[in-house]
Amino acid sequence: MADEEQPKETPEEVQEAPVVAAQQTKQEDAQEKKEKSDIYVGLPVISKKVKAIEFSILSPKLIKKMAVCKVVTPELYDKEGYPVDGGLMDTRMGVIDPGLVCRTDGRKLKDCPGYFGYIELARPVVHIKFAGLILSIIKASCSECGRVLIPANKFDAAKKKLDQVESESGLAARRKAIKDIIASMKTVSKCPHCKAKQPNLTLEKPTTYFEDEKRISPIELRARLEKIPDEDIELFGLSPRHFRPEWAILTVLPIPPVTMRPSITLESGERSEDDLTHKLGDIVRINQRLFENINAGAPEIIIEDLWDLLQYHITTYFDNAVPQLPPARHRSGQPLKTLTERIKSKDGRIRHNLAGKRTNFSARTVVSPDPMLALNEVGVPKVIAMKLTVPERVNTWNIEYLKGFVKNGPAAYPGSNYIVRPDGRKKRITDETKEASLEELQPGYIVERHLMDGDVAIFNRQPSLHRMSMMCHRVRVMPGMTLRLNPAVCHPYNADFDGDEMNLHIPQTEEARAEAEILMEVQTQLISPRYGLSVIGCVQDAISGNYILTRNLEMPRNDALDILYTIGVTDFSRLPKKERVSGKEVFSVLLPDDFSFVGESKARDENRSREVIIREGKLIKGIMDRANLGEGSGLLLRNIHQKYGKDFTLDLLGKLFRLGIEVLFRHGFTVGIADTDLPEDAAAEVRKTLDEARQKVNLFIDEYKNNKLDTFPGKTLEETLELRILETLNNARNETGAIVAEYANPHSFTKIMADSGARGNLLNLAQMAACVGQQAMRGKRIEKGYKGRTLSCFRKGDLMPAAHGFIKNGFKGGLEPWEFFFGSVTGRDSLMDTALRTPKSGYLYRRLANAMQDLKVEYDSTVRDSGGTIIQFSYGEDGIDVSRSEKGMLNVKRIIQAAL
Amino acid sequence: MAKQKSVIKEHILLPEHVKLTDKEKEAVLKHYGIAQRQLPKIFKNDAAIAELDAKPGDIIKIIRNSPTAGQTIFYRGVTDV
Repeated sequence: MADEEQPKETPEEVQEAPVVAAQQTKQEDAQEKKEKSDIYVGLPVISKKVKAIEFSILSPKLIKKMAVCKVVTPELYDKEGYPVDGGLMDTRMGVIDPGLVCRTDGRKLKDCPGYFGYIELARPVVHIKFAGLILSIIKASCSECGRVLIPANKFDAAKKKLDQVESESGLAARRKAIKDIIASMKTVSKCPHCKAKQPNLTLEKPTTYFEDEKRISPIELRARLEKIPDEDIELFGLSPRHFRPEWAILTVLPIPPVTMRPSITLESGERSEDDLTHKLGDIVRINQRLFENINAGAPEIIIEDLWDLLQYHITTYFDNAVPQLPPARHRSGQPLKTLTERIKSKDGRIRHNLAGKRTNFSARTVVSPDPMLALNEVGVPKVIAMKLTVPERVNTWNIEYLKGFVKNGPAAYPGSNYIVRPDGRKKRITDETKEASLEELQPGYIVERHLMDGDVAIFNRQPSLHRMSMMCHRVRVMPGMTLRLNPAVCHPYNADFDGDEMNLHIPQTEEARAEAEILMEVQTQLISPRYGLSVIGCVQDAISGNYILTRNLEMPRNDALDILYTIGVTDFSRLPKKERVSGKEVFSVLLPDDFSFVGESKARDENRSREVIIREGKLIKGIMDRANLGEGSGLLLRNIHQKYGKDFTLDLLGKLFRLGIEVLFRHGFTVGIADTDLPEDAAAEVRKTLDEARQKVNLFIDEYKNNKLDTFPGKTLEETLELRILETLNNARNETGAIVAEYANPHSFTKIMADSGARGNLLNLAQMAACVGQQAMRGKRIEKGYKGRTLSCFRKGDLMPAAHGFIKNGFKGGLEPWEFFFGSVTGRDSLMDTALRTPKSGYLYRRLANAMQDLKVEYDSTVRDSGGTIIQFSYGEDGIDVSRSEKGMLNVKRIIQAAL
Repeated sequence: MAKQKSVIKEHILLPEHVKLTDKEKEAVLKHYGIAQRQLPKIFKNDAAIAELDAKPGDIIKIIRNSPTAGQTIFYRGVTDV
């Protein structure tokens, strides 16, 4: 409402404001009236389409027109410390001191946007950023008549050609063509219009021009540029309305508003001016001296020296990193940061302020796991909780509660760091001010209290590739120095604990908190919009544990109660009342009693069956392993989510996870070298298999040498041999793998991990126990190395398995030196491959995400961009929201069943 | 040339392209509440519509086989830029 009143008041106040500003307010006012009926009362809604953006340089006329004052003295403040009229801090250009009022718009600090001033330069000066352009324009035009050095009859043709180039190959091509034309005119020595001889103009960097060895002044340069007719300027790619070349030589200099170069007051009470003010002070001082000397009729040398000095100051004002000039420095010797440096490079306005936004109320540290947290919780160190705050508004009902925080102050937890008065003034709470603040506190105030359990926080890990990379968690304040998260939510964040850091943000308004809770909380993100299954599931130990539990474990009922209580179950009525209970019965306690499910497990039970049956909340048959508990696999979690909702699923996931870990904790779980031991007859079988393979390869080699080998169609004899050998050796390794799988102790923990899908697979086990197998590069056996052989310990032309990277030993048995070497070769190869591919695919994904970022599914299920252009007529061609589907499909059967 | 066109038309990877009548065109634009320029585009010389004699302003209906939806319909506005 307050906003609504403002525009009405301002017109009276701005009577003396410059024309431009007044017009603007009038326009806004008109807009305001038009939009009155709109729902956005008070905010002028501007709904106009941007047709074009024009860039131009300021003409002297415009500079004077937009200026509110003329700066004539380098002094800043008078004896009382007030800004001097006509000085650089003139209050007509805005105010930066509290209490002062801007003389242009009558507004105070923070309300006044600031206005430009100007100074009249005693002598014209070259603008450093246009030095090169000035040179090429003057070189390409006649020094006498100002016309472009193109014969009148060819002029139109040249223009036409440029237009043609532009329509054919775009603006960039036109610019290049213009450059070529200018370059071609360097050799013209006689003006085709007035036949005047053309002098040779050179630029002595940065800003001095010479004509046939004689220096020419900016005055002369400006006169030349003025002579060039408008039509000819267009040939240079400039629009005379926006860019008359003589404007590139400054006769007046705009002085930026005080508000963009505020001075800072040091602790000692001393004022320290902005770098720009310093530089402008230099300019004004020299300019005044130049004026005085000219008026006093000083000798030409003195005037020229001052003129050069003025040129230097103005050049460094624009750019303090011109290669040929010594940078202007502070008294301390550190270079000034002038206009170009403000914009340019990493710490400049663009990359630092516009592209690089920072947030307050955020924290970042290393993360570590804590399975006893709920999935939607985040453990926050106390030290962080005492820095991050939540604003709470005081009212009559909570004043005593909030006073408690103020009483504790910033040093005790839970305390508070600031109170905010109703007028928006912030007051820091310290031990000294504590009492006063407590006294002052009344309804309408805001207390910024420390972070507490249950507060809403947004947790994030970069790279934020999908929406699950930023989820809302509940705070749990705990001791320690790391942020804690449940290991089950590692997957959506793609986090691990080898030193990963994550960020935490605390929403500061009710709206932000509500939005975070409703849209971003972990339970709302359970079902992936990519594949329609749960992105959160059990991992590692949790899977091993549930596998052991549900396979064939039995335990006394008391132990089961103990486990269940530890993981957070308090209702034990569903646990059968008998002396010993089975693991399946313990697991079933977690399931809802009307839940039925039929699925498949990864592992096979004693009868080699993979069937999983849950009936009425009882696990009747089957093993729970990664196929049902893991992320992104199986419909068990999906169906529970469908039937019992997100909050139940989240709670269940946490309990399942803890159940697995707790079972392992009591059952014991360890791996050792003994896990890879094979019985003697199995080892013999492995040896026999490898022996047979070697003989078979020998046979192939013999056949090849005797030219008896049948070639595969389209392959040479050598290729055929290679393929045959590779196939034989791969088969041999697979056979050893099968032998290992068959003989391996099913109770060894390595095998359990592989079977349940918690970590590793049977191939890893076989490589340890029996045979590492063929090392391949680009789908072939290793061929690199010496001439005709891979290593110097082999004969030239040796085609045997060992000579081309077949590792017949297992890791436990130990590798021969050459085998180890071959292993390193492929290891390095794959390392390089991943190291090079990861950033490439990451960038590819980034570009894709950026290109699609504001596509959106409209209510008619079309996918459109921000301009309303249709990208897809039905989202994904089938219009299915994957995050509400089951594995990307609709279960029509179940829907019908449910309806009947 | 004529022979080549028919070869493309019979290719298994080329979905069916149909030019809409003025009436159908109106209906499509009205159904989606859009202007011609908000449609995905197809160049008037595109090989797939070489035999349809399409002019800028026409709408082409494409009937595709889709891995997710079986068969889907897509529209493209003919353009010459």
